[in-house]
Amino acid sequence: MNQTVIDSAGASRGSFKSYASGFILSIVLTAMAFLLVMQGWGLPRWAVLSGILGAAVVQILVHLHYFLHLDTSSEVHWNVVALVFTVLIIILFVGGTLWIMSSLNYRMM
Amino acid sequence: MTADTSTIDAVAAGEFEHPDPIANQAFGFWLYIMSDLVLFAAIFATYAVLAHNYAGGPTGKDLFYLPYAFGETMLLLFSSTTYGLAMLATHKAKRGVAMTWLTVTFLLGLGFVSMEIHEFHHLILNGNGPERSGFLSAFFTLVGTHGTHVAFGLIWMAVMMGQLITKGLTPPVQSRLIRLGIFWHFLDIVWVGVFTVVYLMGVM
Repeated sequence: MNQTVIDSAGASRGSFKSYASGFILSIVLTAMAFLLVMQGWGLPRWAVLSGILGAAVVQILVHLHYFLHLDTSSEVHWNVVALVFTVLIIILFVGGTLWIMSSLNYRMM
Repeated sequence: MTADTSTIDAVAAGEFEHPDPIANQAFGFWLYIMSDLVLFAAIFATYAVLAHNYAGGPTGKDLFYLPYAFGETMLLLFSSTTYGLAMLATHKAKRGVAMTWLTVTFLLGLGFVSMEIHEFHHLILNGNGPERSGFLSAFFTLVGTHGTHVAFGLIWMAVMMGQLITKGLTPPVQSRLIRLGIFWHFLDIVWVGVFTVVYLMGVM
């Protein structure tokens, strides 16, 4: 309500609470991922792999929200649009590379 | 809904009459960051393709020590948080507090870069440099590109600390600090991908 600054692209909309929440969540997610690999607890490989990849995706969202202050508000609308478009490009890029290279590898065996 | 209404009220009140140059600059920088993200995606894709091409050389399991990577991760995460605390201080126009947190952030970032240089040095001394295998070429490219970004962020931060002393918290300095913050938090996000894909998956 009393917002006096139009802030964009994060950084200036932070509060102590948001940085503290981001910090604690990130520590928990990082520790979880490292413990999963270092301890293992006899979990199957696919479970460990999905665990660490899931923790990474959640941690990236935590950073985007609590450190870069992205949300659904109108001030950062175009930042989010640019990010979503970039993520689409990255999925095509990385997914396409892995697909075509593994297919090539398989056919040349 | 209330937020929308208040924005409309604010516009009607003429509060947002002039486009905010700081907001525009931050958005322009955000678009650059998006292009940098695509650069990192290309290097990640290359790493994923080459990750198992050991050429009879060492694997990630032989080379990586996870507690070391965890230490690097903590340094970067702490530095991201302390940078946020520096930004909070600039909003309250507390130059001294901002300076302190920027110094802490700088030292944490320097610690990260030092740890990485030490790791690279150790690998190269043992004959596991980038020329050893496709896996190691891709490893040095990906981790090295991230480390170079952090090193340039440190140079930028040192310049900003100088400007904070000589110019004070003027709007241009504030604007540059906002953009450096975007850069710094972005590098922490890329590192989440690096420690997951390179170190954790490499040791599995």
